[in-house]
Amino acid sequence: MEGVEQAPAFSLGYVWERERFLAAVMIAPAVLYIVALVGFPFILAILYSLSDATTGDPTLHLVGLRTFGIVLRDPVFLKALQNTFIFTLVSQILVLVLAKILALVLMEDFRGKRLVRFLILLPWTAPISLGAIGWLWIFDSIFSPMDWVARSLGLLGGSNALLGAESNLYWLGRPILAMAAVILVQTWRILPLATVILLAGLTGIPRDVLDAAQVDGASFWRRLFQVIMPMLLPIMSIAFLFGFVFTFTDMTVVYVLTRGGPVNSTQVLASWAFLKGIEAGDLAQGAAVALVVFPALAGVTALVLLLARRAEAS
Amino acid sequence: MAEVEARGITKYFGEVKVLDNVNLATRKREFLVLLGPSGCGKTTLLRIIAGLEKPTRGEVLIGGREVTGLPPRARNIAMVFQSYALYPHMTVFENISFPLRAQHIRKDDIREKVAWAAGLFGIENLLKRKPRELSGGERQRVALARAMVRMPTVFLLDEPLSNLDAKLRASAREELQMFQKRIGITTIYVTHDQVEAMGLGNRIVVMDQGRVRQIGTPLQVYWDPADTFVATFVGSPPMNLVEQGEVLVGFRPEDFLPLEGREEDIERFQFEVSWVENLGAERLVYGNTGFQSRNGRVVSRLAPNIRVSLEAGKTYTFAVPRLGIKLFDRNTGTRLRGVSVGRG
Repeated sequence: MEGVEQAPAFSLGYVWERERFLAAVMIAPAVLYIVALVGFPFILAILYSLSDATTGDPTLHLVGLRTFGIVLRDPVFLKALQNTFIFTLVSQILVLVLAKILALVLMEDFRGKRLVRFLILLPWTAPISLGAIGWLWIFDSIFSPMDWVARSLGLLGGSNALLGAESNLYWLGRPILAMAAVILVQTWRILPLATVILLAGLTGIPRDVLDAAQVDGASFWRRLFQVIMPMLLPIMSIAFLFGFVFTFTDMTVVYVLTRGGPVNSTQVLASWAFLKGIEAGDLAQGAAVALVVFPALAGVTALVLLLARRAEAS
Repeated sequence: MAEVEARGITKYFGEVKVLDNVNLATRKREFLVLLGPSGCGKTTLLRIIAGLEKPTRGEVLIGGREVTGLPPRARNIAMVFQSYALYPHMTVFENISFPLRAQHIRKDDIREKVAWAAGLFGIENLLKRKPRELSGGERQRVALARAMVRMPTVFLLDEPLSNLDAKLRASAREELQMFQKRIGITTIYVTHDQVEAMGLGNRIVVMDQGRVRQIGTPLQVYWDPADTFVATFVGSPPMNLVEQGEVLVGFRPEDFLPLEGREEDIERFQFEVSWVENLGAERLVYGNTGFQSRNGRVVSRLAPNIRVSLEAGKTYTFAVPRLGIKLFDRNTGTRLRGVSVGRG
């Protein structure tokens, strides 16, 4: 009996079987990553926004909320704020509608379905700056293939053509068309992810429920709006949240296509913060512009998550 | 005129033939049961009648009208699914009223009809609840009420009792039959449970591997099977099948009894008992008769009033009344009629 009561000899191997220890070790890299690349810059941004630092003089000389006052009175800021909302909301509504259609199409069985799915997912795999440069050519003021097609169809360039008598549309040179262009590209970019999310949601709806709706005599639209959409609501709000936050805080498309032009007509908060803070060197104002968005985004995130949870519970 | 008629229905899923030239017609107000093992094509046949699948060949007629190419909503049928398929985001009231709303019926009429259907199944007090707040039995009633609310021409049921526990299933079976008799709507009911089929059906369609093996009343299917598949699929324990010369001799376990001095028109067997299972209401005696048996062994089912003591390892003389003996072709398994028992 003596030997049995002895505690087993300590072995390093057992350390890995303690779940708490293992959990701490495994989550540590993620925590480190977030602290270093999100937490630290975030705190630095708050400090900068309360100072009057520039790239020429980056010492932290705190001036309270004065920088925010300057930023908020800037007409370009107000324009960028408005543009950000238009850019985000319009592109995300388009994304939801189109993703919904694509997901419904991809639910059906047809020849070439795998190819279509691959093509739809392609924009997501390409680096966005590369994709945007491709679009830059599509919107080119002289060589735009879209203009070329419109001209060949007689919609552009003639004396009484539908789209005007000029030989080109100058997509990125006219405020409304430029906004349309950046929204189009952003939609193209977010669409794959939203489609995949909605497709996952659609496959999650039991086949029987959809069949029951058919047998119960519901038309396609009734099935879509009264059965499919309500059951898809939680996952749709997640897709919307992702796209919204992604679009609201992103500047790649705007920066590559228009740099906020013409005359700030496509300027969004993210690009404006970058132009102000890095290119113009006013670190304090750049940080302040970037931070103005933060509470709004946190609010939107909380709201959508709340809606998703409520829809899930009911 | 048949309410529902299937003519030469053949269905392929890719290369796989799931239905092979199925023909059947319901009679007015009939309770028709499609019975078969899983994968025999019975659910596919039901879905083709509902319009949820298209047959590869053949046609479906409902009320004498050809509906093969029409969508489900043009057929005025109602269906209850195995999972009940209630709309999880709608209340019970909204669930039951859904088919009526799809027909653009006036709000007052909807309220009236929902109240009627809910009353039929005793769920008036559940109308404000959501499906997830209901028990299995309550969900089943909601599904039935939703199917019934617009008085369909045909009522299709796909294993609606299989998700209920045994006790509830028995009472639901009884209610379902009473209800069908009262409403008198032609009903097609799919199940793999032969007890359900025997208890519910006016007629039973026995299916296997996409083919109809036999259509008949429960008693016909049980006592007068068309082939060895029906003989062994219906009844538990199944019909004994022993090979004698060129034929298979079939007899039900309850016909296979100790001799006990019976001298009517009987067929005797020497039965070596291998084990006895006492189930209370009956005794099942397993053993062999010296002939090769299709099921591996021969079973006798003894009612409790037969008190003969039987011991494993001993051989007894058992007998089957000649009327209880069915002969089948040894190779094809089809029933041989007009042939008497030829013992070598």
